[in-house]
Amino acid sequence: MAVGSIAFKQRTIVPGFGLSLGFTMFYLCLIVLIPLSAAFVKSSTLGWAQFWHIVTTARAMDSYELSFGASFLAAAINLVFGILVAWVLVRYQFPFRKLLDSLVDLPFALPTAVAGISLATLYGPHGWLGAPLLSLGIHAAYSRIGIVIALTFVGLPFIVRTVQPVLEDLDKEFEEAAASLGAGRWQTFTRVLLPTITPAALTGFALAFARGIGEYGSVIFIAGNLPMRTEITPLLIVTELEEFHYADATAIAVAMLVVSFVMLFAINALQKWSAR
Amino acid sequence: MSAAEFAGTRSTVEPAFVRRLLIAIAVVFLFLFLFLPLAVVFGTALSQGIGMFFNTFTDAGTQSSIWLTLLAALVAVPWNTVFGLAAAWAIGKFEFFGKSALITLIDLPFSVSPVVAGLVYVLLFGAQGYFGPWLQRHNIHIIFAVPGIVLATIFVTFPFVARELLPMMQAQGNDEEEAALTLGANGWQTFLKVTLPNVKWALLYGIILCNARAMGEFGAVQVVSGRIEGLTNTMPLQIELLYSDYRFVAAYTVATLLAMLALVTLVVKSIVEWRTGERQA
Repeated sequence: MAVGSIAFKQRTIVPGFGLSLGFTMFYLCLIVLIPLSAAFVKSSTLGWAQFWHIVTTARAMDSYELSFGASFLAAAINLVFGILVAWVLVRYQFPFRKLLDSLVDLPFALPTAVAGISLATLYGPHGWLGAPLLSLGIHAAYSRIGIVIALTFVGLPFIVRTVQPVLEDLDKEFEEAAASLGAGRWQTFTRVLLPTITPAALTGFALAFARGIGEYGSVIFIAGNLPMRTEITPLLIVTELEEFHYADATAIAVAMLVVSFVMLFAINALQKWSAR
Repeated sequence: MSAAEFAGTRSTVEPAFVRRLLIAIAVVFLFLFLFLPLAVVFGTALSQGIGMFFNTFTDAGTQSSIWLTLLAALVAVPWNTVFGLAAAWAIGKFEFFGKSALITLIDLPFSVSPVVAGLVYVLLFGAQGYFGPWLQRHNIHIIFAVPGIVLATIFVTFPFVARELLPMMQAQGNDEEEAALTLGANGWQTFLKVTLPNVKWALLYGIILCNARAMGEFGAVQVVSGRIEGLTNTMPLQIELLYSDYRFVAAYTVATLLAMLALVTLVVKSIVEWRTGERQA
């Protein structure tokens, strides 16, 4: 009777397919698909020339450069430290290891507005870290540095949590084989371990990068928000909306949605690769 | 074990000073990026004494923001839980065409900027929106009112329960359900007595995560709220208002409530992982 975990629909006696899939589709359309398509319908009324003009204004282009650049930099910082943190949490024993392990998920759980004000205070001119940095001549808050700091915070768990399970499942035999063939520890790491964790690390990188592009709450408090200087794309959308420029806000939102879809596609491909 | 394995283990361990250095870097990094922001929240909230801390909660605007946040979560979380159960059942228990596309679509709200999530509801229900004139004629307020806040909250927390349940339901397969059905249980009995107990920890964690995000959402809610203090300000919006008014202690006091919610979420996560034996180091 039981044919393992994959039963063909026509063979299974489990009921409720119509009801559960029906409700899933209905709710998905109502909450997500119809509202999102409203953005595409609205921007299609603009015509291609005007749409292109709005999404390529100097102010918009500067915001993309900042959003993409800062997200990429933050994801790169997290790539290095995320792999290091995952390694340390999996391989070594030290006091408070379990506590630190649980704390890694804090950026997922802490509301972005709370993270935002907290980072702005911490790195502000009178903050615990901002004041010493300022005496070194580094303006951490209200600058592009602040945006990278906030996005690093937000993206921190992604790489740790994608790399960690891979390191846990890793068979020590490979490392032993490498060592017995005369490889040094560093050689073993770069030639054996790094290739194994690369797909997972890249998945985490893409997730952190995608999250960074759309991030709003944790950034705006620390960013300074000067047009063409420290204005991220999501903030530009909010600004246009508050000035009742609905068409402009929507066009830029559609540009962001297209990027989101591309990222989602890339992340799916990466996940398939790392599951191999 | 054997001498060969002993030698092997020895050469697959880093020298002690490398180990200590790596641990030190990781601990400092996590201290700077995770512990300090948390310490700032509690430190600033209590900086003027416990009296000032509690004084914040006598403010009518703050009180109303707490109620609105609870209300939004109270609507959004049950709906997304029902959806999560339905989606996990449909995807986990059956094979059908387009299944992987459906999983991708369910994840979609995770990759959409919260600001864009708010914007699409303004386009639908705002005064200039597609349903705006109709809603105005019937005197129904969605944008800059509570229904819009609830809708935006539902959107951003849409995938959480489904995401946690799906891998569990897929891993469990249909064997137990088929046994129950063969023994004469009906569909609902099977679901309530067989499936639900099997996924209860994943379900609990999904609900807790969904709730944490529902109560903490900022961007999407800000776009649809209009930020009217006492009427359409949720806790995160109230934090922003107080902060930009330079009422730092009050802003951080409200923030401590959400920070504690985040800490509770992390504790529940640890318990769930321990109960389900997942990811044991």
